[in-house]
Amino acid sequence: MAAVSRPMSNAIESPTPQRHALWVRVSHWLIAFSVLTLAYSGFYILLAHPRLYWGEVGNDLTPALLELPLNGNHRPEAWLETVTFDAFANKPISASRTMEIFNENGWARSLHFLAGWIFVVAGACYFAFGVVTRHVWRDLWPRRGGSYSLVQRCAYTSVAFVLLPFMVLAGLAMSPQVVAAFPVLLDVFGGHQSARTLHFFGFVAIVAFVVGHVAMVLFTGLGRHMRAMVVGR
Amino acid sequence: MSKRFTTRRAVMKGLASSAAITLAGCSASEPPTYGNVLRMGDWLTYNAHRLLLPRQSLAREYDLRDISAAPAIGTTDPADPSQPGFVEEFAEDYARFLHEGFADWRLIVEGSVATPSSFSLEDLKRMRSRTQITRHACEEGWSAIMQWTGVPLRAVLEAAGIRSDARFVQFHCYDAFVDGIDMLDALHPQTILAYGMNGRELPIAHGAPLRVRVERQLGYKSMKFLRGLVVTSEFDDNGPYGMIQNGWSWYAGI
Repeated sequence: MAAVSRPMSNAIESPTPQRHALWVRVSHWLIAFSVLTLAYSGFYILLAHPRLYWGEVGNDLTPALLELPLNGNHRPEAWLETVTFDAFANKPISASRTMEIFNENGWARSLHFLAGWIFVVAGACYFAFGVVTRHVWRDLWPRRGGSYSLVQRCAYTSVAFVLLPFMVLAGLAMSPQVVAAFPVLLDVFGGHQSARTLHFFGFVAIVAFVVGHVAMVLFTGLGRHMRAMVVGR
Repeated sequence: MSKRFTTRRAVMKGLASSAAITLAGCSASEPPTYGNVLRMGDWLTYNAHRLLLPRQSLAREYDLRDISAAPAIGTTDPADPSQPGFVEEFAEDYARFLHEGFADWRLIVEGSVATPSSFSLEDLKRMRSRTQITRHACEEGWSAIMQWTGVPLRAVLEAAGIRSDARFVQFHCYDAFVDGIDMLDALHPQTILAYGMNGRELPIAHGAPLRVRVERQLGYKSMKFLRGLVVTSEFDDNGPYGMIQNGWSWYAGI
């Protein structure tokens, strides 16, 4: 990428650092498109209930770890008829919500999972090609040398092979059908609401990466980088 | 020239009609996509789950001490005209049944069953019961753990006699919503028609006198205020009262 961060000796070692293979270009744009769609639809899903919790359960009647004041939904008012279930030691309550909330989850959820399918398929192909062609080891794995700096390698590796797979697993941990089949997901993430909270922080980290990535591309030559990632030269 | 044209027209007509048969065939046994890309994604998720995941896995069940606070949302009283699912005809019936402690209420079971039947609340309580403490996950994002007591849907269907062409069960409700599940979920041991919640009669806000619990799908599939069940041999999107035409995925296992 930036000439200053690339030692000359390594530039000689790999003389075609900007020539992305066709499979890299195709999977890059499929993944970019699906991640942006996931972020957009995910944000709309969050708007229906912008409250985050830790553990298995969390709702308007339990304390939140974090309330995001994005709209009125983070603290809905207007509740009717509080019932207390006295027979139980912890005296759980119930109440009816009478307020109409902002909820666009019909299309947002379906779009999120459609983009999720595209992401998982493109990501799996990228991973398989990356390992077979040694692209992962040659260009991405955190080590000195090659066409990317150590900082870039750390960023790419942690996003592609840690953060994004983590997001898929945290997302699956929220699926009632998937956790019925693999209840271990609930244990790994500390419960349904913990998985949801971690999924949100993962989203924040991905947005930070995308902003940094796009900024680096802009600062070091948009035309050159776009040409490299679109036509391969 | 004209003969070739006619042949081509005939071929096109043939293709069109075979496409129609294929499409009709799809909509009979699968949720329809209406050519909508979002519904195609829903279709993919449904089929992938049915193909890849164990069919009889059980949703996690919890301890009494895990029971949590639980909001009631959506329609919380079908007799209240200000609520989303208000239909005057149903509201009048519901108010009358409520007034009489649901003594005259009946669950109607019809469609692809050997004997179309109706069951009183007492009939259902005399059948075998199941109590389960499960996590209700709402599409909005929140969750709550509650205890449910009811009769397995399977027992009710068996009492009416399941015909071999049965593929789906549709739930018709007093808040006018209609939605359905496939036979795999209908016969699942944790799919119950609940008349009790947290050791009490099912409160109105949670769907009195009877609601369904579909534990491996999101909360909106666990329909409240049941009026009756219709067993169908083909997929039915339930028109304007069905979730799918209101823009929601018919399958909510994710």
